[in-house]
Amino acid sequence: MASTTTSVETHKPIIEVHSATVRFCGDSGDGMQLAGTQMTNTSALIGNDIATFPDFPAEIRAPRGTKAGVSGFQIHFADTEIFTPGDRVDALVAMNPAALVTNLADLIPGGILIVNKDAFDEKSLKLAGYSGSPLEDGTLKAFQLFSVEMTRLTRLAVEGLGLSVKEADRCRNFYAMGLAFWLYDRPLDTTLRYIDAKFGKRPDVAEANRRALHAGYNYGETVEAFASQFRVNPAKLTPGKYRNITGNEATAWGLLAASKRSDCDLFYGTYPITPASDILHELAKHKNFGVRTFQAEDEIAAITSVIGAAFAGAMSVTGSSGPGIALKGEGIGLGVMTELPMLVINVQRGGPSTGLPTKTEQADLLQAVCGRNGECPAPVIAARSPADCFDVVLEAWRIAVRYMTPVFILTDGYIANGSEPWRIPEVDSLPSITVTHPGPITNGDKYLPYQRDERLSRPWAVPGTAGLQHRIGGLEKQDITGNVSYDPLNHEHMVHLRANKVAGIANDIPLQEVDGPEKGKLLVIGWGGTYGALATAVRKARAAGGAVAHCHLRYLNPMPRNLGEILKSYDKVLVPELNLGQLRLLLQGTYGVETVGLNKVQGKPFTVGEVEDKIKELLA
Amino acid sequence: MSTESALKVLTPGDFASDQDVRWCPGCGDYSILAQMKKVLAGIGAVRENTVFISGIGCSSRFPYYVDTYGIHSIHGRAPAVATGLKTVRPDLSVWVITGDGDGLSIGGNHLMHAIRRNLDMNIILFNNRIYGLTKGQYSPTSPLGKVTKSTPMGAIDNPLHPLSIAIGCEATFVARSIDVNIKHLEMVLHRAAEHRGTSFVEIYQNCNVFNDGAYNFATDRETKADTTLELEHGKPLIFGKDRNKGIRLHGMDPEVVELGKGISEDDLLFHDEKAPEPSLAYLLSRMRYPEFPEPIGVLRAVDAPRYEEMLNGQVAEAKKARGEGDLDKLFNSGDTWTVA
Ligand SMILES: Cc1ncc(C[n+]2csc(CCOP(=O)(O)OP(=O)(O)O)c2C)c(N)n1
Ligand code: SF4
Repeated sequence: MASTTTSVETHKPIIEVHSATVRFCGDSGDGMQLAGTQMTNTSALIGNDIATFPDFPAEIRAPRGTKAGVSGFQIHFADTEIFTPGDRVDALVAMNPAALVTNLADLIPGGILIVNKDAFDEKSLKLAGYSGSPLEDGTLKAFQLFSVEMTRLTRLAVEGLGLSVKEADRCRNFYAMGLAFWLYDRPLDTTLRYIDAKFGKRPDVAEANRRALHAGYNYGETVEAFASQFRVNPAKLTPGKYRNITGNEATAWGLLAASKRSDCDLFYGTYPITPASDILHELAKHKNFGVRTFQAEDEIAAITSVIGAAFAGAMSVTGSSGPGIALKGEGIGLGVMTELPMLVINVQRGGPSTGLPTKTEQADLLQAVCGRNGECPAPVIAARSPADCFDVVLEAWRIAVRYMTPVFILTDGYIANGSEPWRIPEVDSLPSITVTHPGPITNGDKYLPYQRDERLSRPWAVPGTAGLQHRIGGLEKQDITGNVSYDPLNHEHMVHLRANKVAGIANDIPLQEVDGPEKGKLLVIGWGGTYGALATAVRKARAAGGAVAHCHLRYLNPMPRNLGEILKSYDKVLVPELNLGQLRLLLQGTYGVETVGLNKVQGKPFTVGEVEDKIKELLA
Repeated sequence: MSTESALKVLTPGDFASDQDVRWCPGCGDYSILAQMKKVLAGIGAVRENTVFISGIGCSSRFPYYVDTYGIHSIHGRAPAVATGLKTVRPDLSVWVITGDGDGLSIGGNHLMHAIRRNLDMNIILFNNRIYGLTKGQYSPTSPLGKVTKSTPMGAIDNPLHPLSIAIGCEATFVARSIDVNIKHLEMVLHRAAEHRGTSFVEIYQNCNVFNDGAYNFATDRETKADTTLELEHGKPLIFGKDRNKGIRLHGMDPEVVELGKGISEDDLLFHDEKAPEPSLAYLLSRMRYPEFPEPIGVLRAVDAPRYEEMLNGQVAEAKKARGEGDLDKLFNSGDTWTVA
């Protein structure tokens, strides 16, 4: 499908392609995340649809040059709508042998392989487990290999600026970027602006990075090695103004927006944990939005501080990842018992225990739905993509205040760190969220803190309001009065009340939509961050003639009213999940339907191919 | 908002809730509750602007018995709950009620951090040196060798000393009193309420069911003058039925001396609750019966910045420097592009 045109500005032909996937990989000190982010921003700005997948080691500094220290960033850009960062890569930039050996399997046959030749010395080769140099022994024959002396050429480019060798070498990622930018015909100005902003205080370093970037670009342009450039035209996205956004950014901004739209000051109580910490970092920057961020001494203090802040009338939120959510369990129970609105964000990572801190997984679903003592129902909703985190947060806060309950938001490491274009909303067009607090009682009437409205929701009375003095807590409450009660039948009644309140939310959420035929051979149902892979795989399967539909759940507790019906409309139901079958268990338990699982727990997202293969197998 | 209660002068009775108090008859908690209600009335507290937050334990039932706002939270976490509340609502008067097990065992971490942050709140630790609610296990303040259901051969954990811990956490207000010493207790609670910053008060509390008489030495009419020492700012450390004994510094260590026989008041240690360095307060917190009389009263009361003021100050400062947050501006900042 590629067409060749000769560009005016360059001397080499440009081949137009619909999409491309590029991965930068190197040692974790090599600045690969920065390289990837720069290419992402530039691609977004020229109007491509994009999806990214940063992948980095848990060790901050594994020994240099080892496989454990390899850090990568993958970016997929296209002239059509895309949902995933791509299964395999068209071009791989490997800064050392360890990066090459750990990433090569993902490069398509005939793909472009750019390596830093200078890093292929004996020691590095050995660290990567090579006995000889793959650059010389013909093992890379299947690829278009470009072996570039990046270290030497970068040093040359920055000569005369008075930088130390170490400082000079730190510019290598800009050299690599320059080359990749040339290869895919990306303009340099976004990155040049970034350099100005970032290194403005060190003019020598800024100049060095600028020179390295240009040197890489010019290398592609000048050197005879590369026969052609590639071009990916802008995508036809929904008209509007866009920016690039990561899931954690979208979550933080969603919180700011929900706070604004409910006219309720935000309190974010948390304890740092990968991959959730960036939400805290982002919010801490925006104190002028009235955000109070509280870095507590641990997760238990984080959730209990949130309970105190919720009692006080704030929009109270905590965020963490699985291990931290485990610690918060008792406090969330108190939140459910006291029926105060609050949000609990779980940016899932590989588990159990400390597990795989920097890798993604979807194995905390049952923790969110059931992981507390007693009958402890809480709504659970999940974001499906980086930009979707924004909408999910607003929706979660709407439910929390309408139903006076903690609400779980599930995202995961993959969408939290990944990015995509986000159509910037007008703030005034965002849904407004109504928060009401009962006013003072001055005629001596007794305030009834556990009296309920038609949604079974109790009032949110805040301290400082005369006549509404009341005490809440973890002990069972008498219906209506809220007094402590050990009456067995009252307890059973209250257990039902709390359960019915949460179950009733089903009447307040949209019906489940299905992408594809309403009936048919196969339904693929998923939740959360697997959206992109499932949507792409199902569309491909349908394009190939399969009667396959895709249904992606945002609401996991309660589930949409029409879900049971949907599940019964297909011969087979496939449930792909990055766990051993947690949604399947819930579907089976709730609707009694037979399902087939596709399960992967490798700390990595699904590739489209994996899902496609399973679909084919089930359709056969 | 609170027209009625702001105008009317409230009495201790006005702070009683409509709930039956369910402590064992004779429990020291009753006295503490009674003095607290007196203090609330005395300081002109407004019911709706007062919040009691507790953890779990007998003492932590306290919030149910006062007609204010309250949270009976979970075991050990009251200081953190209070932190969230106070940062959002600095205008409220916040009291944390905790026990020796609740505050020092499961909640030790939160207690430590609440104290060092110095939010303007009062932490009242009821120390009965036992777990009451769970029926008589030893607690972090039980002495070595203490025989309980969980330590039939005697406790082998070194006890913690709440005041020393508080001082180690840079507490700005540290005091101790005794449940049955009602005038003194009222005075200490009053001082705590007036302090701006976290006040930490340890109250010796008798659990007559599981640890009866743990503080007999300090409450016995016959001995208490010789076994306790009432601290007064600027006054020498004098004690004893005949006020003839004092504490003097011998090198770095305190020693008990008798007045007369060549020793005058001027040779004694003078109490300075406002000393910027907490060394004296720490030394006092280490004085233990039977070698020493145990000090009661205010060990330390100094002024320092408060967390909620600094946090809200940063919010205000950010608004001033950058203007009230504008979401549209934020969303449209940085690199954007338009699809037509
Ligand atoms: C998470 C948790 N662990 C254990 C308990 C059981 N428990 C309740 S109160 C208590 C000890 C209370 O002792 P203390 O703080 O000294 O209070 P007291 O009852 O003596 O006033 C324990 C262990 C609990 N409620 N929650
Ligand atoms: S068990 Fe002890 S502390 Fe608890 S109420 Fe009874 S006497 Fe008081």
